[in-house]
Amino acid sequence: MRTLRFLLQKEFRQIFRDKSILRVIFIMPAVQLLVLPWAADYEVKNINLAVVDNDRSDYAQKLVSKITASGYFKLDRYTASYADALHEIEKNNADIILEIPASFEKNLIKESASTLFMAVNAVNGTKAGLGASYLQTIVRNFNEDIRTKWVQAPRFNTQSQIDVTHSNWFNLHMNYKSFMVPGIIVILVTMVGSFIAAVNIVREKEIGTIEQINVTPIRKYHFILGKLIPFWVLGLVILTTGLTIAYLAYGIIPVGSIFVIYVFAAVYLLAVLGLGLLVSTFCNTQQQAMLSAFFLMMIFVMLSGLYTSITSMPVWAQWVTKFNPVTYFIEVMRSIVLKGSTFADISKNLLIVFGFAVVLNTWAVLSYRKRA
Amino acid sequence: MQSVIVNNLSKNYGKEKEIKAVKDVSFDVSPAEIFGIIGPDGAGKTSLFRMLTTLLLPDSGNASVDGSDIVKDFKAIRKKVGYMPGRFSLYQDLSVEENLNFFATIFNTTIEKNYDLIKDIYIQIEPFKKRKAGKLSGGMKQKLALSCALIHRPVVLFLDEPTTGVDAVSRKEFWDMLKRLKQQGITILVSTPYMDEAGLCDRITLMQQGKLLSTGTPTEITGSFKQTILGVKAANMYDLLKDLNAYNAIEDAYAFGEYHHAVMKENSSEEALQKYLEEKGNKELVIQQIKPTIEDSFLRLMKS
Repeated sequence: MRTLRFLLQKEFRQIFRDKSILRVIFIMPAVQLLVLPWAADYEVKNINLAVVDNDRSDYAQKLVSKITASGYFKLDRYTASYADALHEIEKNNADIILEIPASFEKNLIKESASTLFMAVNAVNGTKAGLGASYLQTIVRNFNEDIRTKWVQAPRFNTQSQIDVTHSNWFNLHMNYKSFMVPGIIVILVTMVGSFIAAVNIVREKEIGTIEQINVTPIRKYHFILGKLIPFWVLGLVILTTGLTIAYLAYGIIPVGSIFVIYVFAAVYLLAVLGLGLLVSTFCNTQQQAMLSAFFLMMIFVMLSGLYTSITSMPVWAQWVTKFNPVTYFIEVMRSIVLKGSTFADISKNLLIVFGFAVVLNTWAVLSYRKRA
Repeated sequence: MQSVIVNNLSKNYGKEKEIKAVKDVSFDVSPAEIFGIIGPDGAGKTSLFRMLTTLLLPDSGNASVDGSDIVKDFKAIRKKVGYMPGRFSLYQDLSVEENLNFFATIFNTTIEKNYDLIKDIYIQIEPFKKRKAGKLSGGMKQKLALSCALIHRPVVLFLDEPTTGVDAVSRKEFWDMLKRLKQQGITILVSTPYMDEAGLCDRITLMQQGKLLSTGTPTEITGSFKQTILGVKAANMYDLLKDLNAYNAIEDAYAFGEYHHAVMKENSSEEALQKYLEEKGNKELVIQQIKPTIEDSFLRLMKS
């Protein structure tokens, strides 16, 4: 116990002395939490629209002003030539072309029907898809407006109509921030818990101090615990910092119990620390450790459901996410913060993450050889 | 009982074990002896030390340190040996005092308990005890490393190239410290690539390409050199060396500081050499008898 205490003392001393590590530990979460949630927003705004108006009628004017008034579209060009509009798309100035045919108004009034043409720049798939559907919705509404104005509505609707309304549960205003912030906190905890720990262990190898340690009677498990405990603590500190920033900057207060979050994080950290330890046994230099960490982190982030929904991934990718501990914590964080899940709701995830902890740590300890 | 006993120790590296770093090495070291392992870079000194300090498992052969087997009793060995690797490997971001304290603690002792042992060395770095180890000069780093290796009062001390990259004055000081440690009864194994340090050891062994060439006291080793060595100097040293190597009564000739050393074959004479060199047009010729040094012995053993 005395040895362990001194190992821990030494470890904390080194961590607090290393300014660059401290910066990474405390400034990184602040910056990431203050910047990323604003950028990682699925709502598409500022779609640049080029309108080819061959009609120049009153109705065409009304349609265009209705579209621009929606707030989603910015009128990039109002022109009479399709070629001109297409050129705007080629220059990447416009995302969508809306072509209003000649005699749009005339046809609409006389024949009660008219056509519109829409051309979408699909280089950015999300923007193209969402932009087009927003535009269609606006045109449909416009259509409804005209109908109510021109067509004398019968007392009873001749066509049966289903009108769908919806409400957002657990996140009333579909605020992406309250959805992204818990996920980003998980990523931060993972980075500190696994990769900074891995780099720290590899550093002892790289500067040769591990040799000096190995010729001493220090026990293997003392050394490992001496390395893991500090980062376990730091992981929880990061979690606290993250939750504080989430409250101060976004007013996010977990609906569920904070205690449950901490219990889950404590177990989760055991799993990611095991991963960090495992990475460190395969690397000899800090550079190798950093690059392995970078590779793993990309996979962890992309296949965790942080940015994209897991259920819309192909089946094989869904299987990969099952082997990603980050997935489970993100799910738990979101359900506790937004929905107020309790121990009973997260017990399955807790058990799985505990399994990760056991497997990863056993593997790491087996491959960590004190003697070459 | 011998302090260190090494029997046919071998270590190979590589996938096919094709790189033979240490080949069938055997030697003994008596208690409180300074035993030097002299050899060029890549001779296998570090591999040998790493096996004896239980950092590396031998492929064959066995060895014991203070009566404990290096494979079976590695735990016991780790409690009683001190190891100072060739590369400075203390915590650069901890201060001098913290490093020493840390190593004392993990050996379950305190600085105060063994202060008398390290006092001579530590007193020189004590003014800088608050300084980070990484900010120390080379000589001071080495003193700190030695203090850390000694803090648990080891029975056997392994020093891997302790004086490489250290200035002449610090080197001399360092050897004086080793002599004092020897008086305390500590067995010291030291490896070095410097031939001039061989004379400071009680016994030495010459190591090359994983093999021990010769073991004994420095005088025994130089004494086994039976041939005459002549030191030759002339105005043009380069031409002189070419002429010496061309002379058939010379076994070997090489540059050695101010003089060239010429190892003479038997039944050759100094006069004949002088006459030959003068005929070749060497000016300001000086020829003198030289007492063979360790380096001469080493070069001869290497070439044979």
